[in-house]
This record gives sequence, structure tokens and C-alpha cells, in this order.
Amino acid sequence: MSTVNKQPAMFQMLGGLGRWCLQSIEKFGDAAVLSAISLAHLFKRPWQGKHFMLQMYALGVGSLIIMAITGAFTGMVLALQGYYTLAKFGSESLLGSGVALSILRELGPVLGALMFVGRAGSSITAEIGIMRVTEQLDALQMMAINPHARVILPRIIATTLALPLLVSLFDVIGLAASYVVGVELLGVNAGAFTGEMVAKVIPMDLYAGWLKALVFGFLVGVICTYMGYRAEPTTEGVAQATTQAVVVSSVSILILDYVLSSIFL
Amino acid sequence: MIRTEHLTRKFGHITALDDVNLRIKPHETTVIMGGSGSGKTTLLRLLASLECPTSGNIYFGDESLVGIKQKRLYELRAKMGMVFQYSALLNSLSVFENVAFPLREHTDLDDVIIQTMVTMKLEQVGLRGFEDMMPSQLSGGMAKRVAFARAIAMDPEVVFFDEPTSGLDPISAGVISNMISDLTKKAKMTSIVVTHDVHAGLEIADHVILLWQGEVIIEGTSDMIRNSDDARVVQFIEGRPDGPIPFSRSETAFVDDLMHKPGTVRMSS
Amino acid sequence: MQSYRKVEVIVGIFVLVGVLSMSWMAIKLGQIGGMGTSGYTLSATFDDAGGLRVGADVMMAGVSIGRLSSIALNDDSEAVIHMEIQNDVHLSTDAIAAVRTKGIIGERYVRMSQGADDAVLASGDEIEETESAINIEDLISKYIFQGKE
Repeated sequence: MSTVNKQPAMFQMLGGLGRWCLQSIEKFGDAAVLSAISLAHLFKRPWQGKHFMLQMYALGVGSLIIMAITGAFTGMVLALQGYYTLAKFGSESLLGSGVALSILRELGPVLGALMFVGRAGSSITAEIGIMRVTEQLDALQMMAINPHARVILPRIIATTLALPLLVSLFDVIGLAASYVVGVELLGVNAGAFTGEMVAKVIPMDLYAGWLKALVFGFLVGVICTYMGYRAEPTTEGVAQATTQAVVVSSVSILILDYVLSSIFL
Repeated sequence: MIRTEHLTRKFGHITALDDVNLRIKPHETTVIMGGSGSGKTTLLRLLASLECPTSGNIYFGDESLVGIKQKRLYELRAKMGMVFQYSALLNSLSVFENVAFPLREHTDLDDVIIQTMVTMKLEQVGLRGFEDMMPSQLSGGMAKRVAFARAIAMDPEVVFFDEPTSGLDPISAGVISNMISDLTKKAKMTSIVVTHDVHAGLEIADHVILLWQGEVIIEGTSDMIRNSDDARVVQFIEGRPDGPIPFSRSETAFVDDLMHKPGTVRMSS
Repeated sequence: MQSYRKVEVIVGIFVLVGVLSMSWMAIKLGQIGGMGTSGYTLSATFDDAGGLRVGADVMMAGVSIGRLSSIALNDDSEAVIHMEIQNDVHLSTDAIAAVRTKGIIGERYVRMSQGADDAVLASGDEIEETESAINIEDLISKYIFQGKE
């Protein structure tokens, strides 16, 4: 258009904001509908057990190594930082409980989920997006295979179930690594370290961590499958969708983490 | 075999197809031609029920495909096959598994029989011995042949071809064209081909439908098309850049845009 | 398909490792199902349970014998706590429960002192003798005012 827009900048900005909100709500609804339709196939034949297995393998087993590495280094750095802070007050013996509570309640589920988004979530969006571009989704339709049941459902279920398992592994490795740094390297009393750890952790901490992981896993599955499925069927479309899937998932995880934490504490 | 009534499809304000009435006869090769943006791919997707029309109806046999139950549609799809423009092979599966895919999904045949059937289909497209290759290792022509083999794996009654020869070298394109007309004759299939390749299209067609801006401008046998006097048909077949189908897609007058007077609609000549 | 078998096995191992991690944490850290089932419950009422929280240690002679399972306010505005005590520890009916602090700035715990009575507390019983948390501020102000008098 060659007309010069005479609207004041303020109105344009407000209009843009309004439009953005409406689009976001529309997308949110669309994603909810898409995943609801897909999840409905959970109760319908044919079962997608084999495809769920394959997704567990690709998404769950595939993320093991990155989870182990992030878990180990998170535990190590927590022990190191915690030690120097606590040493100022002469309460190094609290190191075990401090590390354990931070990992179990927050860092395990949140960092684990963020790494999972980068490793598994992006690959989900990219894969489904490419299936869209190369008409594989249409090809499935033409071969009387429902893409909701075959492509979306197994991925959502796999992310939902895999993330709590991965986060638990993250937790255990993180705790072990913090023990190594705290006790073996920095010389905190082994008994104080583990004793404090055991004494301060209550079952609710564990439940909260697992529930977070479960919710985040589901969220990653829903967002990333939606982004891929609704990707613009071009190369840039898929690239954009992948970036967006990672950004939206990560931000949602952080926001939802605050909400869940405020409920559980 | 397939019939459309007042078929209309709009994308927002753009009308991709406008009141199309067609009758596709069984055991024939119907070729839908038209320039890009003429609505031919949309028409094919509507016929295959991959999209829903804005208004109008499509009949497969006697059944309406509009508002059909998904379960019934999937049953009908057993009688349909489709070769996509970019082959659309499932890239996690080998050539063998791609061709075997519909058989494994929809039949209870055991492995030996599936093996035999896949070998037969691959032989038909001249790719026996390539079973273990992955789609990423195939050239465009080979991928299209595998897609062809997959489309006919269930011995469908109707096969849809979306631009079967685009992006292929002349020899591969010729091979594909031959396979389409051969199979239509031998296997009593109904083929519906969408293409902008005038030469190949007219060669294999029993019936040609020419689309322009979402409307059918002519239909008939290849000879009828070749001998048509309609200026738009002649322009399309001879591939002339300008004529009744204008070179410029702009809808406003150039002079007006230069003078910053937007919104003046150009007079049709 | 041979490769699919392999996938199944590896996924199986993955799930197993995950579940093992979960149960290790549950048993070792959360002590879910561990001490909870093998212990019995006692309650006690304090005027001031200041600083106690669920999960705090219950100790006798410096040895952990259980943990705090709930803490709530009763109708008389007193704090009622419930404790899970290990089955092999027997407390006499006149045992004393006191809220104490580990070190000066350490956390609060419940210190139990054995009584002289032969009768033993059973699950659900209430400990009669309690000592509330020592409030350092109160102590200091008391000391100051005593000094002035």
C-alpha cells in the first residue's frame, strides 16, 4: 500500500498489541483443540503402541546423555557455589540439604525441561514440519492413516512420560555429583552432607518435582507438535516454527514453574 | 467415477476454484492442466478429500465426500492412491517399507506375501533391487517411482498424480508418463493427473480439463484441446508469455500507482 | 523386525533406570513408605512450636527416632504436632517433648526425654509433658528487665 498511515503511533502500538493478543488466544485455542483431538485417539483403536515406543526411544533415550551431563554439572556447580556462600556463615553442614532441595524442587524439573525442549522439542517440531512440507502428512491421510493418532498422539504421550523419568535421572546424577564435589573435593563432612540431605527432604518435595516434570513434559509435547503441525509449509516456515516452539515452550515452562511452585510451597 | 457439483473453494478473499462441475470417467486418464495459481492443485486436493470445499459437492461413486464420516472416508481411501509432487515418502522407512506401508497397515497378510507384492510393484516401476535404500539416497525420479509403487500397492481404483513430471529430467518424466498411461490401460485404473506440462499432459490424456483462474475454460480430448480456437487455450498450449492471460498480475493501473493514486482498478481490455 | 526389538529393549532399560532413580529418591530421601509404615504416631501440644516444620527430626539423646508428620493449631490457640516414631523405640507415659534448636542458628527439632514410668505410650497417645520453644528474644528481654529491678 502506498498510503501513508496517519494513525498516531500510540494507536498503532495498541492495535498491534491487541492483534497479537487475539492471535495468541486463537493459537492457544487451536493448539488445545488439536491436542484434544489427538488425545481422544488414546481410547480408540488401532493402538499406537509401537509408535509410542519409537518416540520414547527417539525423545527419551535420545535425551539421556544431555540430561546426565547437565545434571552432573548442575549438581557440581551448586555444591561449589553453595559451599563458598555457606562457609561464610560457618554452616557448610547445610550444603547437602541446600543442594538437594534446589535440585529436587526447581533445577531438576526446570533445567531438565529446558534441555528437553532444546533436544527433543525442537526435533519434534522440525520433524512434523518437514512432514508437512514434503506432504508426508497428506500421504498418511491418503493411506487412511490418521496423522493425529499416528504422529501427534505418540509424541505427546512420550514427552509426558519420558520427562519425569529423565528428570529423576537428572536429580540422582545431580545429587551424586554434588556429593563428589562437596564431600570429596571440598571436604564437607560426609555424614553431615547426607544426613542433612535426608533430614530436610520431605515427600512433598519429590512429588512436586515429579508433578512439575509431568506437566512440563505434556506442555512440551503439546506446543511442539502443534507448532510443527501448523507450520507454514515452506523451509522458512519450518525454521520459524522450530524457533518459536523452543521459545514458547521455554517461556511457558518458566511461567508455569512459578505458578506450580507457588501452589506447592 | 468422481463427480463435482458447483465446487467452490475460497482462501480468505481469494477464490481458488469457482463453480466447477466435472465428471471423471472410470478407466480413463484425466489430465487437469493450468498455469500456476489456476487452482488445479486445489482441485486435486478437493477430489482426494484432503481439503473441504467452501461450497458445492464432490461425489465418489454415489457417495458425497463432503461431510463424510472419517471412518467411511478411510474405507474409501483404500480405493484411492496418490503420488505427491515431492513424492512424500516416509523418510524414516526404507524403499521396501515405504511400498509395504499400506499393506502392513491395512491388511493382515504375512511377511512372505507382502514381500512378493512389494517386489512385484517395484518391478512394475523398474526399481527391483533398490529395496534397502533410504528415501534420502534416491534421485527425484527414483523417489517418484517409489511413490508410484506405493500408490498402487493396494491396487486402487483411482490414483491421483500431483505434478508427476515436474522437477524430473526429460527421460524420467517420459518414464513416469508412460507408466501412468500403461497402468491405466492394463490395470483398469482411473488416473487423475494434475500438471502444467502441456506436452506430457496431452500425450497421456484421454480427457483434458483446462483451468484458468479457478474456472474450467475447456474440456475434451487432447485433439479437441490442440485444435481449439480459444485464444486462452492456444496461449497456454503454445506457452506464449502474454495474451488473454495477461503477463502482469497487478490489478491496479501502473500509471495510477506511479502517481500515488491507489485503489484505481484497471479496466479490463 | 529385528531393529524394533532392539528399540523395545532399550526403551525398557530407559524406563527401568528412570523408575529406579525415582524409587531411590523416594526411599532414601523422601523416606516414602519407609519409616512411615513402620512407625507409630504420637501427638503433643505446645504453647509455642516456633520454627518447627513438617519433616523435622524427633531425637532422643541425640539420636533420631522419628520425624514430624503434621503441625496445626487447636481450638485453644495451641500448637498440636503429630510425630512418627520408630516402632523399636518405646517411650514411657511421662516422657517429655521439648522444642529445641540444633546449634545456635540451626533448625528446630523435637527433643524427647525418657520418663520414669513403666507404662509405655501406644500409637495415637498424647505426650502430656511438653516444653515450648525457647524464644531468645524473650530470654534476653527478661534478663534485661530483671537486671533493672
